[in-house]
Amino acid sequence: MLLSGWFIALLAGSYLGLLFAVARYGDARADAGKSIITANVYALSLAVYCTSWTFYGSVGRATSGGLSFLTIYLGPTLMLLFSGVILKMIRISKAHRITSIADFIASRYGKSHLLAGLVTIIAVIGVVPYIALQLKAVAASLDVLFADGSGPLLPWWLDSTLLIAVVLAMFTIWFGTRHLDATERHEGMVAAVAFESVVKLLAFLAVGVFVTYGLYGGLAGLFERAATSPELARLMQPDSAKAGTWGALILLSGLAIVFLPRQFQIIVVENVDESHVKRAVWLFPLYLVLINIFVLPVALGGLMHFAGQDFNPDTFVLTLPLAHDAHLLALFVFIGGLSAATGMVIVETIALSTMVCNDLVMPWLLRSPWLRGEQSRDLSGLLLGIRRAAIVLILLLGYVYFRAAGEAYALVGIGLISFAAVAQFAPAMFCGMYWKQGTRAGAVAGLLGGFTVWLYTLLLPSFARSQWIGNGFVEQGLFGLGWLKAQALFGLGGMDEISHCLLWSLFANIGLYVAVSLNSRPGAMEASQAEQFVDIFRHGGREPDARLWRGSASQEQLVGLLERFLGPARAQQQLIAYAVGRHTSDWRQLPADADFVHFAEAELAGAIGSASARVMVASVVQEENLGLDEVLDILDEATQVRAYSRELESKQRALEAATSELRAANERLRELDRMKDDFISTVTHELRTPLTSIRALSEMLHDDPRLALDDRTRFLGIIVNEAERLTRLINQILDMARLESGRAEWTTGRVDLGQVAREAIESVGQLFRDKAVCLSSDIPPSGPVVMADPDRLMQVLINLLSNAVKFVPGGSGQVMVRVGVAGDAVRVEVSDNGPGLTAEECKLVFEKFRQGGNTLTDKPQGTGLGLPISRQIVEYFGGNLWVESHPGAGANFIFTVPLPAPEE
Amino acid sequence: MKRANLSRQRLAALGLLGIPLLTYPLFGLAVGQWGSWPAGYVYLFGIWAGLIGVAAWVAERKGR
Repeated sequence: MLLSGWFIALLAGSYLGLLFAVARYGDARADAGKSIITANVYALSLAVYCTSWTFYGSVGRATSGGLSFLTIYLGPTLMLLFSGVILKMIRISKAHRITSIADFIASRYGKSHLLAGLVTIIAVIGVVPYIALQLKAVAASLDVLFADGSGPLLPWWLDSTLLIAVVLAMFTIWFGTRHLDATERHEGMVAAVAFESVVKLLAFLAVGVFVTYGLYGGLAGLFERAATSPELARLMQPDSAKAGTWGALILLSGLAIVFLPRQFQIIVVENVDESHVKRAVWLFPLYLVLINIFVLPVALGGLMHFAGQDFNPDTFVLTLPLAHDAHLLALFVFIGGLSAATGMVIVETIALSTMVCNDLVMPWLLRSPWLRGEQSRDLSGLLLGIRRAAIVLILLLGYVYFRAAGEAYALVGIGLISFAAVAQFAPAMFCGMYWKQGTRAGAVAGLLGGFTVWLYTLLLPSFARSQWIGNGFVEQGLFGLGWLKAQALFGLGGMDEISHCLLWSLFANIGLYVAVSLNSRPGAMEASQAEQFVDIFRHGGREPDARLWRGSASQEQLVGLLERFLGPARAQQQLIAYAVGRHTSDWRQLPADADFVHFAEAELAGAIGSASARVMVASVVQEENLGLDEVLDILDEATQVRAYSRELESKQRALEAATSELRAANERLRELDRMKDDFISTVTHELRTPLTSIRALSEMLHDDPRLALDDRTRFLGIIVNEAERLTRLINQILDMARLESGRAEWTTGRVDLGQVAREAIESVGQLFRDKAVCLSSDIPPSGPVVMADPDRLMQVLINLLSNAVKFVPGGSGQVMVRVGVAGDAVRVEVSDNGPGLTAEECKLVFEKFRQGGNTLTDKPQGTGLGLPISRQIVEYFGGNLWVESHPGAGANFIFTVPLPAPEE
Repeated sequence: MKRANLSRQRLAALGLLGIPLLTYPLFGLAVGQWGSWPAGYVYLFGIWAGLIGVAAWVAERKGR
C-alpha cells in the first residue's frame, strides 16, 4: 500500500505543495517588510548546491572512486573562505542592479549584448546535462520504488522521465513566474530552498544512521568489516595516482559554487545583507560535512550487501532500506531526493530563464521594429511568456540530453560536465573584478575558446559514448588527425576526461583572454565599467557615472519607459524613493539630468538586464558619445581629485599641528617675558637695599664730622659689609646670566669628589667655628672620581654648607656631610638640624631670589641665587639637586653627579 | 583609505592553508588504519571539520 503509485504521487504532490506554501509565506513576510531571510536561512539556501548528485550520486561515486566524491564539497569550502571575493561580487551586483551571471559579465565589459548572449548560451548548454542528471535521478528513484511495489504506474507509451520533466516545468512556472518581479529578490524561493535543504539533510542522515547503526552496528564496525575485503579497503585509502584529478575536481567545484547560475543567483543576487556571508562561510561547509559523513559508510554497506548481485550503486540509499523492508524510510528518502532535485531545478531554471529572457531574447526583441512600433504596450505579459517558454525549453533540453547521453554515465559524471562548462566563466569574472585592462574582445575570445574546447573534449564525446554520434573524433581524432583526439588533445593522454578538459579549456580561455585583452583597446563604456567594477570598494557608489554621461533627456519618456517595464505602481514607488533621496517630495520637480538617466537605467537593468536597459535608455534620450580618451580623462581626473583631496587633508593636518606648536611657543615666550620683568624688578629691589643702607650711613658720616669714633667704625663696618654683599650679588647675577645663556666657562676633568668635599669643609670651617656649630663628615679616604669642573663643584658645596650654617641654631647646630656612591652616580648629602622646610618651600628655594626663612621680618641672609646656581651647575654635569625636609626635622640637601661610563 | 577587513584576511589565510592540507601529497600521507578507522576518512573529515571550526570562530567573533 505504501509503495503504490497513487500514494507516492499524492505524497510527492503534497510535498511540492508544502514547498509552495513555504514560498508564499516567505513572499508574504517580505511584502510586509518582515523578511524571514536570516543569516542561517541564507547559509542553508546555499545548500541548493546539494542536488540529486549529492543525494544519490555521491554514494555511486564512492563505490568506484572511494573518497574522491568529497572533492566536490571541499572545493566550495575553500572557495567560501575567500569571502572578500564573494563580498566584492555582491557589492558590485548591488551597485549595478545585476540579476544574473550573464548580466554581471556583460555589464563589466561595457554592457555588451554579445557577451550577455554568449554567457547565456554557454550557461544553458552547459547546465543542460545537470538538469538531465536531476531527471535521471528522480526517474531512477521511482523505478526502484515501483520495482518493489505494485507494478508500473504508467501506461507503456508514457516515458516516466518525460513526465517528471513536464511536472517539474509546470511546478517551476507556477512557483517562479507567478508575477514579474525580476527587480525583486525571490525571498519566498530562498525560504523554500532553505526548507528543502533541511529535508534532504534529514533524509540522508536518516538512511545513513539506518545503514551504519541499524545494519552494521556502528561506523567502527562497518569499517572493520569492509577492511577485510581488499577491494573495499582500497576505497577507504587515498590513491596518490589520482592526485591530479583530485586537485582538478577541487578547483572545479570551487569555481562551480559561485559560477553555476543557481549558485550565483542564491549567493549574490538573493543576498539581502552582506553580513550573512560571514555565517555562510562556516555554516554551509558544516552542512556539507553532515550530508557527506555517511556517504562512504552507505556505499560500503551497499557493496557488502549486494555483493555478487546486479545493482545500481546510485540508488543504494533507496535499495538498502527497501531490501530490509523499511518502507517508510524509503519513502522519506524518496522525498529527500525529490526535494534535492526540485530545489535545484527551480532555482536553476529561474536563473537561466531570467538570463534567456533578459540577455538573449530581449536585446533582440528591443531592436526589432515590431516592438519599437508599439511603444505604449505593457510588456510584462510578454516578459512572463518568454520566461515560461524558457523554463519549458530548458527542461526539454535536459530531457533530450538524458535520452541522448544520460544512460552512458553515472550521475556524477553528468554533473561534472556541467561544472566544467561554468568554470569557463572564471577568467572573465575574476579578471574582470581585479584587472582593469581586461577587455570585451578578450572576454569574448576567452569564453569562445574555452567553450569550444569544452564542447569538443567533453560534451560531444558524451554523445559519442552513447552512440548518438560517431565516435571517430574520439578514437582516431578529427579528420583522422591523431593529435586531435577529443580526449587526448595534442597527445596528452593518461588523464581522466574532466581533468583533460579543464586543463585545455582553461588554458585556451585564460590564454585568449589575456592575449586579446592586452592587444585590444577598450571602448569608452568598457573603460568606465572596468573602473567601477575593480574599484567598487573605493568608489563606494556611482560617483563617476554622472560625469560620464552627456546629453539631453525627457523625463516624461524615461518615466514612460519605467512604467512600461516595471509596471506603473512599482515605477511610482521607485521614483518617489529617488525623489526622497534628493530631498524633495515630488519627483516631477527634479531635472532630467545625468543622475536621473542613470537612476532610470539602473531600475531598468534590474528588470531587463543591463545590456537591454542600455538599449532602451539610449532609444529615448539624445546622448553625446564620449570617446575613450575623454572617458579615461574623466576617470583620471576622478583619481587625481581623490589624490589631491588626500594630499590636502594631510597638509591641513600638518598645518593644524604647526599652528598649535606656534601657539605653545608664543605662550612660552610670553611666560619668559613675564619672568624677565619679574627678574629685573627683583634684581633692582635687591640692589637697592644695600645701596640705601650704604648711602644713608655715608651721608651720616659726611654730614656729621663730630660723630664718635666707635660709631664711625661701626658705620664703616656696615658699609663694607653691605658693599661686599652688593659685590657678591652682582657676581652671582653675572654668574647666573652666564649659566643661563650657556656662556659659562667650564674646565671638565677627573675630580676626586671626596677631596673637593674636604677642601670645602676646610674653607668654610671658620664660619662654623664662629657660630659654634658642629660640622662632621662621612667621606671615603679617596674617591669617588667623576668627570666635572672641581671649582664649580666646590662652589656648590660651599653654597650648601654656608646655607646650612646660616639656618642652624648657634651652639647646638649640627651639620653633616656625606659622600658615597649610589647606583651609577655619586651622592653627596649636606644635612642639618635646622628648622626645616615645608613641602612647598622645598620647591621654592630653588627659584631665583627666594630665600628660606621669613623674608618679611628677618633681614635677608643671602642673595637668593645660590641654590638656583648650584642646581644649574649640578644639572650641567648630568646630576640632580634636591632637598628632603620636613618642618622641624632639619633639611637634607642632596646632589648627585653621574659616575663616568666604565672604559672598555 | 579604508584598510582591508582583518577577519576577511584571516579567513582567506585559512583558505590558503586548507588547499595544501586537503590535497595531495599531504592527503596521501593518511594511509592505512588509525586504530580501527580508515586513516584517509578520518584525516579528511578531521581537517575539514577543523577548518570549519576555526572559520566559525574567526567569523563569529565580536569586534575585529
